Amino acid sequence: MVEVFGKKATRFGFGESLIELGKENSKIFVLGADTASSVAINIFRDMFPDRFLNVGIAETNLLGMAAGLAIAGFIPFVATYGVFAAGRPWEQIRTTICYSNLNVKIGGSHSGLMVGSDGATHQALEEIAIIRCLPRIKIIVPCDFIETKKAVIASAYVDGPVYIRYGRENTPIFTNDNSPFEIGRANILREGNDVAIMACGTMVYEALMAAELLGKKEIEARVINIHTIKPIDEKIIISAAKECGAIVTAEEHQIYGGLGSAVAEVLVKNYPVPVEMVAINDTFGESGNPMDLMVKYGLRDVNIAKAVQKVLKRK
Amino acid sequence: MEISDLKIVSANVRKDIVKMLELAGSGHPGGSLSAVELVVGLYFKHMKFNPKDTNDLSRDYFVLSKGHACPVLYAVLARLECFSLNELCTLRKIGSRLQGHPAKDKKLPGIEVSTGSLGYGLSIGAGISVGMKRAKKNNKVYVLMGDGEQQEGSIWEAAMAASQFKLDNLCAIVDNNGLQIDGAIKDVMNIEPLADKYRSFGWNVLQIDGHNFFEVDRAYSQFKETKDKPTAIIAKTVKGKGISYMENLTEWHGKIPSKELVQKALEEIDVLIKK
Repeated sequence: MVEVFGKKATRFGFGESLIELGKENSKIFVLGADTASSVAINIFRDMFPDRFLNVGIAETNLLGMAAGLAIAGFIPFVATYGVFAAGRPWEQIRTTICYSNLNVKIGGSHSGLMVGSDGATHQALEEIAIIRCLPRIKIIVPCDFIETKKAVIASAYVDGPVYIRYGRENTPIFTNDNSPFEIGRANILREGNDVAIMACGTMVYEALMAAELLGKKEIEARVINIHTIKPIDEKIIISAAKECGAIVTAEEHQIYGGLGSAVAEVLVKNYPVPVEMVAINDTFGESGNPMDLMVKYGLRDVNIAKAVQKVLKRK
Repeated sequence: MEISDLKIVSANVRKDIVKMLELAGSGHPGGSLSAVELVVGLYFKHMKFNPKDTNDLSRDYFVLSKGHACPVLYAVLARLECFSLNELCTLRKIGSRLQGHPAKDKKLPGIEVSTGSLGYGLSIGAGISVGMKRAKKNNKVYVLMGDGEQQEGSIWEAAMAASQFKLDNLCAIVDNNGLQIDGAIKDVMNIEPLADKYRSFGWNVLQIDGHNFFEVDRAYSQFKETKDKPTAIIAKTVKGKGISYMENLTEWHGKIPSKELVQKALEEIDVLIKK
């Protein structure tokens, strides 16, 4: 069984760690765009009003002003819904922040289908793809509340731009304070040599559940939490390919350009093995209950298990 | 620095611009020449800036939002001895620190941020201004924009924010030469009444002749005395200023003169210096 220590949304991990950072480092500055409470930066706002700025509903200015604050010597964190944090101000992220290599941290909340009833406009499913192609930026997709806290703290102390993708809904907490976290170094959460399941974000828990299902059929799956999509941990991917011979990727993101693509890029250059990808299959989401959507769009443990059985036939 | 000296610096900067663009074989003369007095007046008189230590924490900040006009900035920085005048010859060449648009990562002393995609500078400047205010520092922030650039929506997001946050340490300068690539601004997408727009956004607005050093000087001084609101200096300028065959012609936005015309330009500027 996968041990679970309750449920909490990753957005609260983002917000709580900013408070910790705010207390220990006077350079931490947070900027919001009218969504402070929903992306959980409201407590930071109330505790450190001198290091908070609400720019209103104006995301290009949000990223531009964050760039200016980085030039002024602060460590700015911006946070809003992922669609608005990565999509609309993409060129500011590219040309102002990445090209200048500015120390701006971008929090993209409300990622994935799990946004639920707001529907496709607000379900960010493309950020990994559109941010991953930018030089210099790091992308972290933490798997639960605890790991989100670690990701935020770690990103504050690494120089240069970082994008952190997190979510709105309560999701299982299954890592703990002692679980390792280092930017760029993926973690093996379960050993196995028949197949490797590589997942990020909410899909890591589904991957662990899938491995349980597969265990009953005597298929031992290695589960790897690829929390850092960029720079990706090539070593762990290549080892898994050599030792397991088949790989399934799982992400709450479009199938093109996300984790699956990133893993495939590593494999084709180093050690090609059969790969199946569990992801949103080139379509938009819709309104609905979050878990119902995950079922409808094929992002559950059973879907991963099916993909494993498919990939094993190609081994 | 006296105005007579600023005029000599400006003439030299104009010559630098023409010469470096000739060597580069491409680039933007018109909008570089229109901004000469605005940039020279700032760096040689009003800005707190140490050419020997361009990262000095007490410096005033300059953001060239109209990044394509970087030849004027490069020439001014070279004239201040941030780097050698010879390096101007490397503009737009492979491996150069003088990129076709300013690049922070090439580490040319004096470049605060990469720019070139229009409409970004005012937000960046507003961010630096907030940073200075929150750190309780008195550094000023100057952002030079084009007038065509005022068509970008992000400028107005930033204009709203600068007013909301009472950024009286922020000075926006609009190089109002009236022309953009496709023609006259009023024909392509009219931005007027620009001064009224900034006023209605809560800014202190100063309208000046951007080639008249008395007016440029007075505007920068008035900015420093203004409290509780950001200042916009809308400077009427002439695209291609100082070179007779370029003045007020859109075609010189991004065209390089022939060898003969370069010679003619340098002679014209020399005549002006002697006056």
